[in-house]
Amino acid sequence: MEKNKMNRREFFKKGLQALFGLAIAGTTGFSLFKTSATETVWQIDPDICIQCGRCAENCVLSPSAVKCVHVYSICGYCDLCSGYLRTDPKELSTGAENRLCPAGAMTRRYVEEPYYEYVIDESLCIGCGKCVKGCSAFGNGSLFLQIRHDRCVNCNECSIARECPANAISRISSRNPYIMKGAKI
Amino acid sequence: MKRMTRILVFSAMLIILFSALSSVAAEDRFPRPEFQSEYELPSTTAPSPQDNLFSYIDTAVLIILLILTSYFALKMRTRTGIFICSLFSLIYFGFWKKGCICSIGSIQNIALALFSNTYVIPVFVALFFALPILFSLFFGRVYCAGVCPFGALQDLVAIKPLTLPRWVENTLGIFPALYLGLSVLFAATGSGFIICRFDPFVGLFRFGATFEMFITGGIILLIGVFIARPYCRFICPYGVLLKWASALSRWHVTITPDECIQCKLCENTCPVGAIRAPSPALEVEKREVGVKRLVILFLILPFVMAGTGLFFSTISHVFAQLHPQVQLTAQVLKEDRNITRTTTDASDAFRATGISLDTLLNQTDHILSQFHLGAGLFGLYTGLIIILAIVKTSVLRKRTGYEPDREACVSCGRCFEVCPKEQVRRKKGKEHG
Ligand code: SF4
Ligand code: SF4
Ligand code: SF4
Ligand code: SF4
Repeated sequence: MEKNKMNRREFFKKGLQALFGLAIAGTTGFSLFKTSATETVWQIDPDICIQCGRCAENCVLSPSAVKCVHVYSICGYCDLCSGYLRTDPKELSTGAENRLCPAGAMTRRYVEEPYYEYVIDESLCIGCGKCVKGCSAFGNGSLFLQIRHDRCVNCNECSIARECPANAISRISSRNPYIMKGAKI
Repeated sequence: MKRMTRILVFSAMLIILFSALSSVAAEDRFPRPEFQSEYELPSTTAPSPQDNLFSYIDTAVLIILLILTSYFALKMRTRTGIFICSLFSLIYFGFWKKGCICSIGSIQNIALALFSNTYVIPVFVALFFALPILFSLFFGRVYCAGVCPFGALQDLVAIKPLTLPRWVENTLGIFPALYLGLSVLFAATGSGFIICRFDPFVGLFRFGATFEMFITGGIILLIGVFIARPYCRFICPYGVLLKWASALSRWHVTITPDECIQCKLCENTCPVGAIRAPSPALEVEKREVGVKRLVILFLILPFVMAGTGLFFSTISHVFAQLHPQVQLTAQVLKEDRNITRTTTDASDAFRATGISLDTLLNQTDHILSQFHLGAGLFGLYTGLIIILAIVKTSVLRKRTGYEPDREACVSCGRCFEVCPKEQVRRKKGKEHG
């Protein structure tokens, strides 16, 4: 009798064991139909981004893994760069108080009359998108935000993507990890 | 003169602003310069993400650590070995890999991949989900002992663990199972990954995280000094799957492989209160009473499940609020009906896309119906979990000596050292060796 009971218990346990194992293997196996050989990374689509500034605040890294990127082939090299200077200056000069970038990450260099080259220092950029906003509103839109993969730790759920009001951030293939503006021209 | 041009250009900018408002993608406002001097266009850097190779290494590390920990816990029976594994995993998966991806979060990737048409996961994510559970099915929760960086971190700080009353433990212990259900619900409906959102330790692993993340992590660790592994016991949704597997495991750690002499020395060594006393020699209640209670519980089970199922499906709209698109639709409707004058960034962005309100409403309706179904299923599951928890407390298991409870034991190996039989066994082993 006692032995019989043990056997029943063992049998029950074995059955559950097999069931549970199958359930886990089945779930995983089924989701394997949806696997890709290449991995994916998070990226901002600059055409959807509205430069709201949340990228600077919501990344799990501080400063953010998002930086301003400059594609020179689109840039107009304007003297009065609307990404570099505020459009409501108290006085028209290139003094620090009239510059847009709060982190002082953007510098300019004279190239030739009347052109200036604008350079972003990524180590200073906080990804706030102020310059991007200026550039897309009044300029050629050669400045835009991208998640920089030398910094991004590729969170399972990107916390900027979660907060992005424009839904501009999604996973893309790691083979082509940037959505650069110039590529489309 | 220069001043003049500047003012002119700025007013030109203002004019362009108004034209820009009508066109979304406004580029090429200024012609690209043709340089006279030898000026070369700088190229834009594009630092590449970590190689795919790394995910193979991660998977290999996971497997090796699982095997090593199982070996240390079940075969060698050495706490030191387990501890070294956990320390390594804390450094590797925690501080080096910054806590992503982890098995705990992978539940959500699997859930989303199962229910979404477009979402795909890399193979290694599926492995991170399945391997620890399979190991648990064979060896118990060895993942928790030596591989999980969260477990390792909490194990380090568990300096003065107190014993919680069993009923507190059992009641709070229901929460992880519910959390598991919720995280699957929110992941499957595409509302978000709540396990990642409320992840307390990832902030510590990344140092530079937000203040709140740092504080929550700190608080949980502080609690963890006195209540060992609070995240594991009362929050971790992955631990639930591991518990179920461990309850059925083929092999499992023992306090001593020899016969227990009931010296009670090990009783309070377990930080997570997993050690159970032998069942009393005389049965406290008659078998029939217990069986009767079980029968009643199983009879009311369908009613409880139906009740909770109905309850959660009627309040499914509450859950749906977490979906960003549901929030957006609410906001857009409010604006259209003039209930609010302030627009949000999200509603502005939506209007800029030019997608019609009908399309948005249709999509949202679809999401709401998914939530209706999902929340109902979650309700059924909740009912089942609650009844099973009661069943568990009322089933008397025969134990002839002190034993770890297979679900609660995290295989840390702390109890080995204090057992006198184990000391004898080790000495013998040495003499033989
Ligand atoms: S949160 Fe979204 S919209 Fe805002 S700046 Fe970042 S990508 Fe652009
Ligand atoms: S994935 Fe993580 S690290 Fe990368 S940008 Fe998003 S929040 Fe920042
Ligand atoms: S219970 Fe969860 S957090 Fe704790 S060790 Fe196990 S998997 Fe990690
Ligand atoms: S091995 Fe299990 S029973 Fe022993 S102390 Fe660790 S958790 Fe407790």
